[in-house]
Amino acid sequence: MLKSRKLVPERLSVTLRCRELGCRRGSLTLFRNVEFQIGAGEVLQVVGGNGSGKSTLLRTLVGLRPPDAGTVLWRDSDVHCEPARFHSELLFIGHASGVKENLNAVENVIQSELLVGPSAEVRALEALAHAGLSAHAYSLTRTLSQGQRRRVALARLYLAQRKQVWILDEPFVGLDSHAVKTLCDGMQAHRASGGIIVYTTHQDSMSWGGRKLQLGKSV
Amino acid sequence: MRQPVDILAPLAFFIMVASLFPLGIGPDKSLLLRIAPGIIWVSALLASLLGLHRLYETDLGDGSLEQMLLCPGPTVLFVVGKIAAHWLLSGLTLALISPIVALQYGLERASLWTLLLSLMLGTSIFSLIGSIGAALAVGGRGGSVLVALILMPLYVPVLILGSGALTATLTGADPSAHLSLLGALSCAMLALAPWATTAALRVSVE
Repeated sequence: MLKSRKLVPERLSVTLRCRELGCRRGSLTLFRNVEFQIGAGEVLQVVGGNGSGKSTLLRTLVGLRPPDAGTVLWRDSDVHCEPARFHSELLFIGHASGVKENLNAVENVIQSELLVGPSAEVRALEALAHAGLSAHAYSLTRTLSQGQRRRVALARLYLAQRKQVWILDEPFVGLDSHAVKTLCDGMQAHRASGGIIVYTTHQDSMSWGGRKLQLGKSV
Repeated sequence: MRQPVDILAPLAFFIMVASLFPLGIGPDKSLLLRIAPGIIWVSALLASLLGLHRLYETDLGDGSLEQMLLCPGPTVLFVVGKIAAHWLLSGLTLALISPIVALQYGLERASLWTLLLSLMLGTSIFSLIGSIGAALAVGGRGGSVLVALILMPLYVPVLILGSGALTATLTGADPSAHLSLLGALSCAMLALAPWATTAALRVSVE
């Protein structure tokens, strides 16, 4: 069965699919029977109140957490069984930014995407410039404000070589209006070039026809 | 582990504990010689446990542990790097300083070489096994006590072999049996510990 799957041209099956996904925390069922399918150029916003399981859903999608029920499929292969395939095309930014305090901004960008070679620093500087942090490129992240640290974490999104799938957990938290606009433009550009975005936010200013997934209703 | 205190604390602890015993017990030379292997090794073991629980703690807190687990390349490399850094900074330095500390017990030159070699192997095993314990306990509230409880049964054979090697040298016997076993344990742990640590990290991050 696996052989026939590999014969399918990769470009046609660029989909992230969820089948009957369910997650529990202890004895509490967070969500049940979540189903969706998104393809290239599509955006999914996960909506729900605090504690409705949005972060848990994203972490299950990404593969940090095995689902208690159902499966997550990327290009028709189970993410939990073959994680490497998904992870090579995935960019995940969770609640904790993934930014190391003892490194400066450039080192953080290089380290987060494992950039190698002599052009690594140049590419990191470009990404930081796009994120509006050129002035702080060589400052220790420990000395930056929370919003600036968040922007260092998000600078990965502006690197030239982009990963196909972006899964972002509350990416707008702590950003000022200028940074919010930069991020929105970045997400629009990614979507236009065929990328897939799944994100959560409490901001209402995202009106670009993306689909919404409501959590916390049926439980 | 870029903070100097993470490197200096185990070293300082080792030097302090190993130096306090001769002061407390008095200048009884034969007694000191007999207890030297045990005391030096126990000090090294306890010093290795210090700060081990923090090995992955900052990475969990700032989210970089998740990012490492999501790396398309093998996460094992990251773990090996962490363990190597830990050993080079706290284990190897401890082994290198041990001959100076051991002089207080009146050990001779020949036994100092055995001490150095056995501690180099022993601290590498401590770092490798310790990484598994740290990965299991990360994110929990047990802290250093939990890690110590997990690791103690696994550290005891290393302690017995290591102090046995030194005792053998002091009594004129051949320590190569003990040292070979330590070397074998080190190789075995080098093969097993990174994978066990990765699996433990995945569970801890869930």
